Amino acid sequence: MSADITAPQITPTAAMIRTLGLVSTICGLIIVGAYLGTFDAVQANKRLALEREVFKVFPAARSMTAFHALPAGGVAAAGSGEVPAGSVKFYAAYDEAGKLVGVAAEGAAKGYADTVRILFGYVPDCQCVTGFGVVAMRETPGIGDKILTDADFRASLKALDVRLNADMSALANEVRTVKHGTKTKDWEVDAIAGATITSRAVGKAINEAAQVLLPRLVPQLDNVKEKK
Amino acid sequence: MSTAAPRTWDEFMEGIWRQNPVFVMALGMCPMLAVTVSAVNALSMGVATAFVLICSCGLVSLMRKMVPKEVRIATYIVIIATFVTVVDYVIQAVSLALYDALGAFIQLIVVNCIILGRAEAHASKNPPWPAMVNAAGMSVGFAIGLLALGVVREILGAGTLFGVSLFGADFQPWVIMLLPPGGFFVLGGWLLLFSWIERRKQRRVASEVAQHA
Repeated sequence: MSADITAPQITPTAAMIRTLGLVSTICGLIIVGAYLGTFDAVQANKRLALEREVFKVFPAARSMTAFHALPAGGVAAAGSGEVPAGSVKFYAAYDEAGKLVGVAAEGAAKGYADTVRILFGYVPDCQCVTGFGVVAMRETPGIGDKILTDADFRASLKALDVRLNADMSALANEVRTVKHGTKTKDWEVDAIAGATITSRAVGKAINEAAQVLLPRLVPQLDNVKEKK
Repeated sequence: MSTAAPRTWDEFMEGIWRQNPVFVMALGMCPMLAVTVSAVNALSMGVATAFVLICSCGLVSLMRKMVPKEVRIATYIVIIATFVTVVDYVIQAVSLALYDALGAFIQLIVVNCIILGRAEAHASKNPPWPAMVNAAGMSVGFAIGLLALGVVREILGAGTLFGVSLFGADFQPWVIMLLPPGGFFVLGGWLLLFSWIERRKQRRVASEVAQHA
């Protein structure tokens, strides 16, 4: 009949706090250690992956340098410093002799499943886009991912016209994706039948990125012509 | 020594066969169906989960006497999340392509029910060595399950195995095998096979008992 039969045992507050504190400390040390231990390798990996993508777009390239195209015009080498507000990053690819092969830049647009992020190559000599690679996509296997393999589609992006207009404020002709087999102009992308949405995303990504980047970049091309 | 060895072996085999997390307990279905589009992805997911499972079970077991039961879930989750973060960084350092392929499912190992289940049901009640051996067995069992799906889906869905083409250029891939429904089809097929084997075994045992009677 005494009270201690029903009285539950109370865990001391101090024990609970102590345990949680100890666990957090140990786990904190492990996480910070792992982060610092892998930091260099992760950064090197990211740089390598990007280089591989750029070299895929420009097979003749042997090295590359990252730049920022500033909103007020002008370019600045992208170093370790902070990114200037409103700038667009691009990568100048150089051949063995250090001459500019082309400029690669990222573009992104909504695809069927998620955003399709691409890297396209711009060649100043022909003022055209000569190819693209995919940075990230989650399109349907066997359908949307045909943008990597479809011959007609890739051929329509071999010499895509992205000339600037007379006052260099925008593209002379907007890049457009048209129905499969109806491409007549140099600035049109030939969509893949059955994968129209993903094809359109590629065209849109190039158009949107080029509209912003090229008016800033083209007047400054002399600054990136030679590898420094 | 003679009594310890079989016990440890039993501990290890439990997760591979009798209590296989995939085919018997049907746990961890989310990564199971999501990342098994290729054998490489399946194997990597298996290795990542194994690391988290073994390390967290070891640490949970080491701390089992000082964790008050009121705060045990919070403690386990923090420990599991820590090792998942470590795996996350290590995979990024090893291969970014693999990191992109596994996507959010690396972080989602935190909520893989096999791991919290092992911590709660086994590691919190056993010394570190048996706890880690049991966790290793479960990891192998889970990896076998992942591979069983990944191999079939890659062969049928892409005509390759570990990236090596098997049938040549004429093969028409069954794209549906790479889509979510394909995961369910293959899983269903494996579950059917395992329960058929189990039934057959039970029938044989029953008929032997009847003959002896």
